[in-house]
Amino acid sequence: MEYEAVIGLEVHAELSTKSKLFCSCTTEFGGRPNTHCCPVCLGMPGTLPALNRKAIEYTIKAGLATNCTISRFTKQDRKNYFYPDLPKGYQISQYDLPLCKNGYVEIETENGKKKIRINRIHLEEDAGKLVHSEYGHNSYVDYNRTGVPLIEVVSEPDISSAAEAKAYLEKLKAILQFIGVSDCKMEEGSLRADVNISIRPKGSKELGERTEMKNLNSFRAIYRAIEAEVARQIEVVRSGGTIQRETRRWDDAKGKSYPMRSKEDAQDYRYFPEPDLPPLIIKEELIQRLKNELPELPDARKQRYMTEYGLPEYDAGVLTSSKELSDFFEEAAKASNNVKAISNWVMGDMLRILNERNLEVSQVPFPPAYLAKLVALLDKGVINGPTAKKVFEEMFDSGKDPEAIVKEQGLEVLNDESLLLQVVEKVIQENPNSVADYKKGKKKAIGFLVGQAMKATKGKANPQLLNELLVKKLEE
Amino acid sequence: MKLHEYTITQLHELISKKEVSVPELTRHMLDRISRLDSKLGCYITVTEEQAMERAEKVQKMIDEGALNSPLAGIPMAIKDNICTKGIPTTCASKMLGNFVPPYDAHVVKKLYDNGAVVLGKLNMDEFAMGSSTESSYFKKTKNPWNTERVPGGSSGGSAAAVAAGEAIYALGSDTGGSIRQPASFCGCVGLKPTYGLVSRFGLVAYASSFDQIGPLAKTVADCALILNAIAGHDPMDLTSSRRQHPDYTKALINDIKGMKIGIPREFIADNVQKDVRDAVLNAAKVFSSLGAECEEISIPIMEYVVPTYYIIALAEASSNLARYDGVKFGYRTANPKDMLDFCMRSRSEGFGTEVKRRILLGTYVLSSGHYDAYYKKALKARALITREFNKVFEKYDVIIGPVAPTTAYRIGEKINDPVQMYMEDIFTVPVNVAGLPAISIPCGFDSSSLPIGLQIIANRFDEPTLIRAAYTFEQNTDFHKAKPSIMDE
Repeated sequence: MEYEAVIGLEVHAELSTKSKLFCSCTTEFGGRPNTHCCPVCLGMPGTLPALNRKAIEYTIKAGLATNCTISRFTKQDRKNYFYPDLPKGYQISQYDLPLCKNGYVEIETENGKKKIRINRIHLEEDAGKLVHSEYGHNSYVDYNRTGVPLIEVVSEPDISSAAEAKAYLEKLKAILQFIGVSDCKMEEGSLRADVNISIRPKGSKELGERTEMKNLNSFRAIYRAIEAEVARQIEVVRSGGTIQRETRRWDDAKGKSYPMRSKEDAQDYRYFPEPDLPPLIIKEELIQRLKNELPELPDARKQRYMTEYGLPEYDAGVLTSSKELSDFFEEAAKASNNVKAISNWVMGDMLRILNERNLEVSQVPFPPAYLAKLVALLDKGVINGPTAKKVFEEMFDSGKDPEAIVKEQGLEVLNDESLLLQVVEKVIQENPNSVADYKKGKKKAIGFLVGQAMKATKGKANPQLLNELLVKKLEE
Repeated sequence: MKLHEYTITQLHELISKKEVSVPELTRHMLDRISRLDSKLGCYITVTEEQAMERAEKVQKMIDEGALNSPLAGIPMAIKDNICTKGIPTTCASKMLGNFVPPYDAHVVKKLYDNGAVVLGKLNMDEFAMGSSTESSYFKKTKNPWNTERVPGGSSGGSAAAVAAGEAIYALGSDTGGSIRQPASFCGCVGLKPTYGLVSRFGLVAYASSFDQIGPLAKTVADCALILNAIAGHDPMDLTSSRRQHPDYTKALINDIKGMKIGIPREFIADNVQKDVRDAVLNAAKVFSSLGAECEEISIPIMEYVVPTYYIIALAEASSNLARYDGVKFGYRTANPKDMLDFCMRSRSEGFGTEVKRRILLGTYVLSSGHYDAYYKKALKARALITREFNKVFEKYDVIIGPVAPTTAYRIGEKINDPVQMYMEDIFTVPVNVAGLPAISIPCGFDSSSLPIGLQIIANRFDEPTLIRAAYTFEQNTDFHKAKPSIMDE
């Protein structure tokens, strides 16, 4: 029998508000342990939560950008459980009245566009972090992250493959970044995902028993975990077993998951309305204002790149996959009259270099306008292609203006015919064998000679001119 | 008359006229505490040095004209569940025996702004859970009228200190009667403000949707002065009201002509001790003779009030007390086996019996499978109870009745019958369930010469009417003038 996967994602994204959800402590990542906290976020006796309105607004924005209905009446609830990283012994979250409901995100799949429905988006506070000692068996708690506002985006089980899950996550990440509510850095834990996976006979409408996968720290881990879990479930069912409702922990190094807790161990969170925070009434005017504040979303921008810049759909898609990349591209494009070249540079060399050097777009040491300058230098023939590539690398090293690099290092294309002629004559003299080969009809030999001449000019010669001169000289 | 026998109003005048200095007054109070408190056990912590330092400072500010609040220089004390920066705040629990808050409660800040001199922290039932102050981890407080009797609770230390002249006034907290019932047992005035009138920031939470801080003092006028100082919006407490509060001393009017007073039949039923019922009925006569219209009314929903209160309060308590796990503050067990053992043992060893009982009950009513039958139903009942009281206040200005079914009972008499003790909260908890303001004022004595308290309840935020009714009763009766003999010691 053929099986298909049914997948739902619970995505947690930390909101990029300046202060925490219920106090004025900074939300900044890092910092020495327990330096970003106060009596309120440490849950000290007698303290009360004061609500950060920005976090409410950010959550509503996330809902609007994912086509959700915004609740006009909402409240916060306590989710009770004991864990040392949870200072109050409960997490302030939302239970039955989330801020946003019934939205969707559109993704591209091999079979075209697909809508992934969003069940709900709710606001809650983050917990701290346990740090286990490398020596002895002590554990320590770092409460810096405690109380940082978090949204949980719960999808419907509309996803049917690891690739779709990845596409959904990438889209969601791009949207949250575009609207500026989260920086979605998985490596810093500001974007986290739990995956619910089940399988069913292909074409069936019923849902099978699901497992929940935790400890997924990268898109790659999510992708691999889904592939592995779907395969595991199919294997279990094919060999006559049944899937147990359980939570599993993904071990990315081993490429395997392990049972963490079964349904029987499921916690009873004893949710009840948070008595310290009155219910919230969301006014229509607020929703309207936030709607008006929403910037261009990734899909709209992609469409614009296609119509305004004439970029192919694929290119426009890549360029709008992250806000930072898209903003970089757009700023460079605005400073240039060769958008296609800018697009090629960004998608090609720039992404390659970022990848090689393990950098974020935000860490690019030069302004986007410098890329436009580089393209202009190339277009005007001031430098040649190979030099441009070298200059671009150099820009990543020093952050310098490409014009300055070219000038300082004398990298301008050599267009001086008499100078190049001298070089050509010298190369012909020094390589009689190749010249003889050429004259015998081995036209390929010219490649070697051009190479030698290029080398003699330290790669700066105008290659076309060099070629012309060489051919002319050889044909004499 | 000795200094500790004066009211705030009288002491303010003495201080203003320089007939007594703040350090002199403070010294007098501290000496009194050191002489008497071993007998009464009102205080958990006495802050002698800080109080004297503070007294000097306040006197200086008064002399410079920088302080003219009626509370300036008046020595007072605070229930030990209200956070005081640098002063231990134990909630009378082993769990918080070593806890020194790095912040002041909002009310404490406000009192400091008004020049208050803090004498120390007062005994109470552990985490405010109880009505006799017997569940304190540290000591049992005795009733100043009869040291074999309980002072009531949970603000038993506050009421006893005020009644015995160990503090001119005190702050207490009232979740289900914890200010009014001890005030009634000790013969002082205790006011529980409307929910949301006084900030809860810094009050160690027991049941968040009921808790409210309020004053205990010798007279209604003193309570009005204190309420003026502590009421008002606090951005740190989102449940605190934004409305401007009036000057409550303006409500100190000796006139209730035409006031409509309801006496619920359910408040004077057979379950009430006879001399208590007689005292309340006598109070109604006093009001009538002063021109008020007293009518018997009925609030049938009263029979659901105690279970409704306990279900919601204990549900909230079970969550509020989850933070005491030994990790960050408070008691921590020694040599735990692992993380779970660490948490379980810290809690098992740190909390007393009554607290554990309430946490267990609260956890139970919130558990899946019981939530709908208990918690959810109780929320609905709460809405109905609130509506019933709203209806009463459409027709009546205030409700009167007893504070508690009995006067102060013997220490140890009821501690082993928790259900009986819970049931005796019947007249105080509806006020908390509906978020109303209420006051307990002296209205008589029982056959054993123990004080009886009259409860007056008003509509939400109608403290002025409450104060006016209480003040008028006080001005026209002498019950508040009687003092326990310990006052002379």
